[in-house]
Amino acid sequence: MDILSLFIVFPLLTVLVLLGAKSLKQARLIALAGTIVQVGMSVNLLFAYLRERSVNDEIMLFTRDLVWFKDFNIHYSIGVDGISVALLILTSLVVLAGVFISWKMEELPREFFISLIVLSTGVYGFFISLDLFLMFVFFEIAVIPMFLLIGIWGSGPREYAAMKLTLMLMGASAILLVGILGIYFNSGADGGPLTFNILEIAKVQIPVEAQKLFFPLTFIGFAVIGALFPFHTWSPDGHASAPTAVSMLHAGVLMKLGGYGVFRVAMYLMPEGTLHWSWFFIVLAAFGVIYGAFAAIRQTDLKYINAYSSVSHLGLVLFALLMLNKTAWNGAIIQSLSHGFMTALFFALIGMIYERTHTRDVTRLGGLLKVIPFISATYVIGGLASLGLPGFSGFVAEMNIFVGAFQHPEISYRIASIFAVSAIVVTAVYILRVVGMMLMGPLKENSLTPMERATWYEKAGIFLMLLPIIGIGVAPLWLSEMILQSIQPFIQGVL
Amino acid sequence: MIEGISIYELLTVTSILFFIGIYGFITRKNLISVLISVELILNAGAVNFVVINKYLYPDVLQGMIFSIFIIAVAAAETALAISIIINLYRKISSVEVRDVETMKY
Amino acid sequence: MNYSLIILIPLIPLAVFLVLGLLNRKIGPAVSGLIGVSGILLSTVLSFYTAYQYFGVVGKVSGAYPTLVESVVWMNFTDTLRIDMGVLIDPISVMMLIVVSTVSLMVHIYSRGYMKGDEGYTRFFSFLSLFTFSMFGLVLATNLFQIYIFWELVGVSSYLLIGYYYTKESAVAAAKKAFIVTRFADLGFLIGILLIGYYTGTYDFGALNDPGGAILSNWAPASFMGLSVLTWGLILIFIGGAGKSAMFPLHIWLPDAMEGPTPVSALIHAATMVVAGVFLVARLFPMYFFVEDGFALQIVAFVGAFSALFAAVIALTQTDIKRVLAYSTMSQLGYMMLALGVSGYEGSEGLGYMSSMFHLFTHAMFKALLFLCAGSVIHAVHSNELKDMGQLRKYMPVTHISFLIAALAIAGIPPFAGFWSKDEILVAVFEHNTFLYGIGILVAGLTAIYIFRIYFGIFWGKNKAYEHSPHESPSSMTFPLVVLAVLSATVGFIPFSSFISPDRTGFEGHIDIPMAIVAVAVALLGLGVAWILYKKESEMVSRLTDRLGVLYTWAHQKFYVDELYLFVTKNILFKGIAAGAAWFDRNIVDGTMNLIGNSTVVLSRKIKGMQSGRVQDYAMAFVSGTVLLAILFIYLWTS
Repeated sequence: MDILSLFIVFPLLTVLVLLGAKSLKQARLIALAGTIVQVGMSVNLLFAYLRERSVNDEIMLFTRDLVWFKDFNIHYSIGVDGISVALLILTSLVVLAGVFISWKMEELPREFFISLIVLSTGVYGFFISLDLFLMFVFFEIAVIPMFLLIGIWGSGPREYAAMKLTLMLMGASAILLVGILGIYFNSGADGGPLTFNILEIAKVQIPVEAQKLFFPLTFIGFAVIGALFPFHTWSPDGHASAPTAVSMLHAGVLMKLGGYGVFRVAMYLMPEGTLHWSWFFIVLAAFGVIYGAFAAIRQTDLKYINAYSSVSHLGLVLFALLMLNKTAWNGAIIQSLSHGFMTALFFALIGMIYERTHTRDVTRLGGLLKVIPFISATYVIGGLASLGLPGFSGFVAEMNIFVGAFQHPEISYRIASIFAVSAIVVTAVYILRVVGMMLMGPLKENSLTPMERATWYEKAGIFLMLLPIIGIGVAPLWLSEMILQSIQPFIQGVL
Repeated sequence: MIEGISIYELLTVTSILFFIGIYGFITRKNLISVLISVELILNAGAVNFVVINKYLYPDVLQGMIFSIFIIAVAAAETALAISIIINLYRKISSVEVRDVETMKY
Repeated sequence: MNYSLIILIPLIPLAVFLVLGLLNRKIGPAVSGLIGVSGILLSTVLSFYTAYQYFGVVGKVSGAYPTLVESVVWMNFTDTLRIDMGVLIDPISVMMLIVVSTVSLMVHIYSRGYMKGDEGYTRFFSFLSLFTFSMFGLVLATNLFQIYIFWELVGVSSYLLIGYYYTKESAVAAAKKAFIVTRFADLGFLIGILLIGYYTGTYDFGALNDPGGAILSNWAPASFMGLSVLTWGLILIFIGGAGKSAMFPLHIWLPDAMEGPTPVSALIHAATMVVAGVFLVARLFPMYFFVEDGFALQIVAFVGAFSALFAAVIALTQTDIKRVLAYSTMSQLGYMMLALGVSGYEGSEGLGYMSSMFHLFTHAMFKALLFLCAGSVIHAVHSNELKDMGQLRKYMPVTHISFLIAALAIAGIPPFAGFWSKDEILVAVFEHNTFLYGIGILVAGLTAIYIFRIYFGIFWGKNKAYEHSPHESPSSMTFPLVVLAVLSATVGFIPFSSFISPDRTGFEGHIDIPMAIVAVAVALLGLGVAWILYKKESEMVSRLTDRLGVLYTWAHQKFYVDELYLFVTKNILFKGIAAGAAWFDRNIVDGTMNLIGNSTVVLSRKIKGMQSGRVQDYAMAFVSGTVLLAILFIYLWTS
């Protein structure tokens, strides 16, 4: 068993063991053990990767290739570079935190944890596949459990939300499938066999006309899950109805598939298409950045605020990717990580606040710093990280993105960049608004009853998210170097 | 092979029988009449088998055998249908077609 | 120079912050106060040691004070652009180290008395340490991005400290306002950094400020709307500085920031953080001076002069003593900006630059003293309002004398500190532009009036029936007052011009006697006016305000700038754009998605009627289909 296939096999084994769990206690213990091992695996992978990288300068490391379906040349082909490694670590940490946060999941615990872990398997698989078809399969594996998780364990209008989310993502998958097949049928342009392998296709010059046709399809297919304006509306409703751990996983990890896919598939394989279409999607992304931030100002439901803030932050990821230089790309990847940790942290905290006050309406909350100081203080820290304060990961990501965006000398790009940069002010407004209304200010009726302080498992979940945020923010050099190195072959492919 | 009668005449007769059956199936309001119409259609088919066998492939017997099959199946089917209709009648006191259209959407 | 010692100056407060922040509730107030004060004491000692080393031991190298830099790479952007973290030692950063550490030490000591018994005592000290750390980092920054990083950090510490009384609605609003207004200004700063970084390929102060270097000798790599992009960058950076230093029209957060505890106002909103904008312009002074012949510097001068006048006029009319001091701070910051704006570069032409830094230095001392005295008064009478005070000189002698010294200093009466620095500023401005000099001298008079207005109001004026008889503050609070009073009286005698000048060579400073006479005369005039109007309660004040009518109302309402901002943010940004975006999202974008879903449902409802449930309908459809197909096939067959 190679080090990467383990990421698919081990979660599935965990699921098998979970099937035998008889109570909440057993289920959560098994899930906890399983996810801790996953974290161990990803950290181990990081060190193995760094070791291997120093002696091996292939684009992808730890590759493995097995024929899966011969007639269509579909392979089980996997491999990682620095970007995937970073995202795998993110995934495993968020899943572990999600298990901690779901410690008291009374309703169908076994099934809940199984769905959670199946979802994470899909995500792991997506990040390690090098075969478009395999990638697509894992993409679907990641999306489907979402329907169950929201539909069964959700709150509020959960059927509507689950349906909306799944249908929009399925619609995107359909578009994406067309894009992928388009790439596939053009992958023999230089006389070779048709192939789904990303690295093989990258060597082939796909006809420009085909690129212009299939780039937008592939891009939109991935960007829907990356919450590109105007295809983002599944996210506020989906988050609002989803249980806490699912929101964390969804916003923290699943939405990252979008940016990753755009980067790895759409832009890498179709550089001419990228150049041809980039202006259009830059406009959408830059607009989404500022639009999401403004929309967040007016929301009163904490989860909606966070969902719109995700639209804004992830708009920045796509925006940076489209700027087509390594600084911006580096920023995009770090922003993906940073947003993953931050938003997962936020959803965890929102879940805790909701559990104690039974409302997510900021206008009905006040003075929480007095009642639940630990959770509130963490919320303030998370908020400061989210508005891009130095010392936290958001700053590192945003500065890379902005500096990168300014490397493009053309005036129209610069205007879009200034537009996107100005989101830092609007972000500050909506975050401080929440902090001011909910955590500070006089106590309101919902906060008067004495509340349970944060429990150990809640603290564990919080620290799992908080430490990477601070870690990346204080010492970004090694991470950004690792990512930069992995970006190198891609930037050469595109330019 | 019957002297003086061509295959076309015989096939015309069975076609008329068949379409009478179709017409009855579509227009009759009583389930028993519909059942009778179905019998007509089946019998038209059975006669066709015999005729075509006799006129085109006189030295084989498959057509004949098939028509016997059809008679057997028709008998079974009629028995089944009648029993359904009787049960229906016991339940809703009616054998009208328009009263049994609840299986929709 | 021993860099490992210099690095400790910011790192000690950081460590204190982490210890106090993490152990928040586990340690008592006595311990946390001790940790806080001893940490900053250590930093202060190191700062003075650094100053001694720099000016005394290293001294001038080939006629000018050198710039010493030590840094490590923090993050790489491109092949040329990167963020370094390090320390830069030059005359102004050493001076700032002294200012920040001294005032911070005094405020720490003072806070032990002032915050006694407050439940957030430890939190207060940890935030103070966070601020001190950030401020040290800011003044020691080696490049634009490092300064931006610490710029944001001082902003957030200011936010946390203004909102220290977080259950008070007004404090929360003030904190939010301060952060967002300065954040808005920082947007300009950031874009300026990005522009300059792109066109010059470096963020390093050393490369940017080199008068003979490639950047300043070729200052127009590209132009935009008739101005060099570097000028645009500098103007944008000045916007950032103007936000922090409360220049018009970005000043609105500073008066509200007085909601924070008074020691915070003294440290952050009077002595140190608000001068960061001035420091920033001074830090980039060679760039400001050489790019496009100092076009951006002109803007700095006029904005500074206008802010000085504007704030002084408002300060005359406010009744909350902390707000008066806040507007006074804004006015004095305007002075500093003005002086920078009119400065030259070579030798004694750098008088403006020197006097600006000098004023920054003296102002830090006497303004911190004013705030701490105000805090002592507020501590005694439990009110900020002038009308609740009077005759306090009888109860609080130490506070009274300290306040008087500070008031004399800010009014520019010799030999107190403010006189020396303000005089230099007026000389520098006079040489450059007589119109601006007129504003400067007018503001000097107004300064004397407003400061003695509150001085007489607090310590003289009418007798008040106090509920509890006010008493002098504890020694932990009066000790810093005495120290700062001594400093305010004496620091003016430091020969600043031999240490600090734009080209680092230093020059011989002298007092221009006629100019000094004019300035002192104006100050005394102001003092006299205040004496007549406010020493005893008199009818004259109300008659005067009635006579001024609308002018007084406007000034009292701060010229309605706040209302204008409120209108723009509330009605245009919130109700217009934000609500519009939210509505658009729910109704148009989401509506479209729902429309797609709903139209599928409607369509399926429409066509489900075909499944009637009647067997005969199905048969009919089946037969007609068969017939149609048959006809079709026959037609195709035959043709």
